[in-house]
Amino acid sequence: MTVRRLSGYTSLAIFVALLLAGIFLDEFRSVLVNAANVCLSCIGIG
Amino acid sequence: MGRLTQRLVSACRLTRRRWIQILSLIALNPIVPNYFSGTIVQARSKGICVPVLNCYSCPAAVGACPIGALQHAFASIRFRLSTNEAEFGLYTLGSLGIVGSLVGRFPCAWFCPFGLLQDVLYKIPGPKLRVPHILDYLKYAVLALTVFVLPLVVLSAVGFGESWFCKWICPAGTLEAGLPLVAANAGIRDQVGLLFVWKVALLVLFVIWMIVSLRPFCRTICPLGALLGLFNKVSLLRLRVDSSRCTACGECSRVCPVDLDVPKRPNSPECIRCLKCVTACRVGCLDYEFPLHGRSTGPAAMSEEDD
Repeated sequence: MTVRRLSGYTSLAIFVALLLAGIFLDEFRSVLVNAANVCLSCIGIG
Repeated sequence: MGRLTQRLVSACRLTRRRWIQILSLIALNPIVPNYFSGTIVQARSKGICVPVLNCYSCPAAVGACPIGALQHAFASIRFRLSTNEAEFGLYTLGSLGIVGSLVGRFPCAWFCPFGLLQDVLYKIPGPKLRVPHILDYLKYAVLALTVFVLPLVVLSAVGFGESWFCKWICPAGTLEAGLPLVAANAGIRDQVGLLFVWKVALLVLFVIWMIVSLRPFCRTICPLGALLGLFNKVSLLRLRVDSSRCTACGECSRVCPVDLDVPKRPNSPECIRCLKCVTACRVGCLDYEFPLHGRSTGPAAMSEEDD
């Protein structure tokens, strides 16, 4: 396995861990609440 | 009838990438009736970050824009810490990092609806201009400042930051969410002010630029492209160049939508992984590598020439 491929797998493992940590901190719900309401900044009125 | 058939046949001649872009657009924005009711989707799928610039306030969207989610997380970190809550945008960063680690900027070329718009607008005939390479660096400043630093540092009286990129720049939000919602929702229309005028003007400027230059937004402004591009050098999807077979004909660089010198910089952060260069190479010295795909041409001779 090349160093570059190894770095790819390492990076993948780190971000899977981050994702799991985020889910553990209930960030999925936070993203959902944010995305399920109209974002006034996005549409340019607030 | 003959003309219609001709058009259908012509449409079927779209490249595989274009078909995938269109299917992705439909898959990410399937709830079309919301355009008429002026409402947005509130399903649980909205908690899933899709690795493309597809505004979550688009009436038809069923996923979350990771750039919007990141800004919101960073804008609320300090407030949440003051109330002993923990939220650091780890879920969004993790989602993006997984995609980046696997395929780098591949979603930019194959799945992003705003990328599709740019590809289509560039087909309009007329004078064409190259995007100066110096502007490639601008998107990293946009990412750092408007997605991370300003939302975290500039706080309102109640302790929340703002989504700076969404509010002041994002033309995808204006096009996919602003215009449809203002058109269909009277309550939102009543609140339109100078900010909306600014965003529409910016969108118009970008549209004009998209007609004369290929992928100008991806190359110069897009913070998502900047973030995913950082993974191009380590991602499991990689481009490989067999320099022993390369005839230096320049065909790969000629078809590159981001004006890369492909043999010298196959895994540059600017590469959107459209793989046009692989198809264009007449001697087969370019190939992509992915764990499930392996190496299909010249395994022993393939060398990674990177910048």
